[in-house]
Amino acid sequence: MIAYSPDEAGLSPSLHPDYRSSVDRSPRQPLIAIPPTLTETTGPSAWDRLMVGPSGIDLTAQHPGVPQGQRIIVSGRVLDDRARPVANTVIEIWQANAAGRYIHSADTWDAPLDPNFTGAGRVVTDADGRYSYVTIRPGAYPWGNHKNAWRPAHIHLSLLGPAFATRLVTQMYFPDDPLVEIDPIANAIPMPARQRMVGRFDNKSTKPAWALGYLFDIVLKGRDETPFEDDDHDH
Amino acid sequence: MTIEISPGIALGIAIEDREAPPRIDNQDPAIFGQTPWQTVGPFFHYGLPWKGGADLVGKSDMGARTDLFGEEHYLLNLSSPTGTPEGEVIEIAGQVFDAKGVPILDAMIEIWQANAAGRYASVEDRRETVPIDPHFIGFGRASVDQDGFYRFRTIRPGRVPGPGNTLQAPHLAVSVFGRGIIKRLATRLYFADGDGNDEDPVLTAVPADRRNTLVANRRDGGRWWFDIRLQGDAETVFFAV
Repeated sequence: MIAYSPDEAGLSPSLHPDYRSSVDRSPRQPLIAIPPTLTETTGPSAWDRLMVGPSGIDLTAQHPGVPQGQRIIVSGRVLDDRARPVANTVIEIWQANAAGRYIHSADTWDAPLDPNFTGAGRVVTDADGRYSYVTIRPGAYPWGNHKNAWRPAHIHLSLLGPAFATRLVTQMYFPDDPLVEIDPIANAIPMPARQRMVGRFDNKSTKPAWALGYLFDIVLKGRDETPFEDDDHDH
Repeated sequence: MTIEISPGIALGIAIEDREAPPRIDNQDPAIFGQTPWQTVGPFFHYGLPWKGGADLVGKSDMGARTDLFGEEHYLLNLSSPTGTPEGEVIEIAGQVFDAKGVPILDAMIEIWQANAAGRYASVEDRRETVPIDPHFIGFGRASVDQDGFYRFRTIRPGRVPGPGNTLQAPHLAVSVFGRGIIKRLATRLYFADGDGNDEDPVLTAVPADRRNTLVANRRDGGRWWFDIRLQGDAETVFFAV
């Protein structure tokens, strides 16, 4: 029987009172530990094949015109927590436009929509776990958590990884954004682990006269090959 | 003499090869580890759900909320069913409630399950003796609708092995996401009339007085109803996986 690493203790709490909507939307009972079964150690190997359509690795090329804003290239690797590459895994991406506005009808602040930017895409890692996509650097935007609350610029990222146990949804932040330091959602994560969500500006992946490069590695729970006690019951 | 113009940048390096000095960030080996979770927020609808994502039998566009953004932004994919899976077609529905008992209107549910024969469509399920169903992926995703209801159409799963020589009762693995939910909440759905509920190795690990939060009941001979309560009396059991 295989299993995956437990969640790093204290890394991602369900309750962070400064993030006000987490107060009524987080359980108060402790999570119940269960033995790893096939349910948790398997994951959909072919779900993306169900879906047709563009893979969406260039979020600036989904409309007839060029979107407003700073063009960027985000690249990196998906690894497990023992630094082994996670190959052929899907990263789903969504984000606000350069002005900090989502195309979503629930986003009603008066920053402009961009007819040439949707802000959603998908990218698949290669055999070494590497990925790269082109987008626009998103803007910061106000939200209702408290008076004068602003979300730092961020890109939403979602990964299934190889198993039910390896699911991850996170956000990538940008260096030199002081809002990260006071954002209640980013601050739900204790330091220094919070900084794992801050990408790095990278000269090498910056393309001359075209786009700035940022690096962002994503680390999923790793597979533990240690046999479990239960295996002995079969002998 | 080397003149440091900023930490890590020496004048001996060609100007185009200079890198900004390292920081405590994503690339810092000293803080390498699991990437933390962050909420999906309220605007996930054009990024995560896809049309047909809630229909594992594969004939409709259930699961997406295309009413929330313009048609020119339909980059969402559409399931392309290859055929009809084997087994009993069922519908699963419910709501997600907060601590005050109010239905959450910006939640998203994912399911992961075995096929009717009890095999997962996963390279990690290597049991050759149990057939794969080429028409069944076993993974689904549904946004809740404007009234907070989620709905899946799927196949009633078969039984799969548990630890040792145990056999698990039929179940679905369920993940709950939403605004205010920092980290995915993992639970399970069992069926009220499921074979082996009394001996299921996971269900029996749950205190007896909370097991009913994991059991779906059939309403009027139709849908299997499974409400999820994030907090309060009858709080749903969530698992560390």
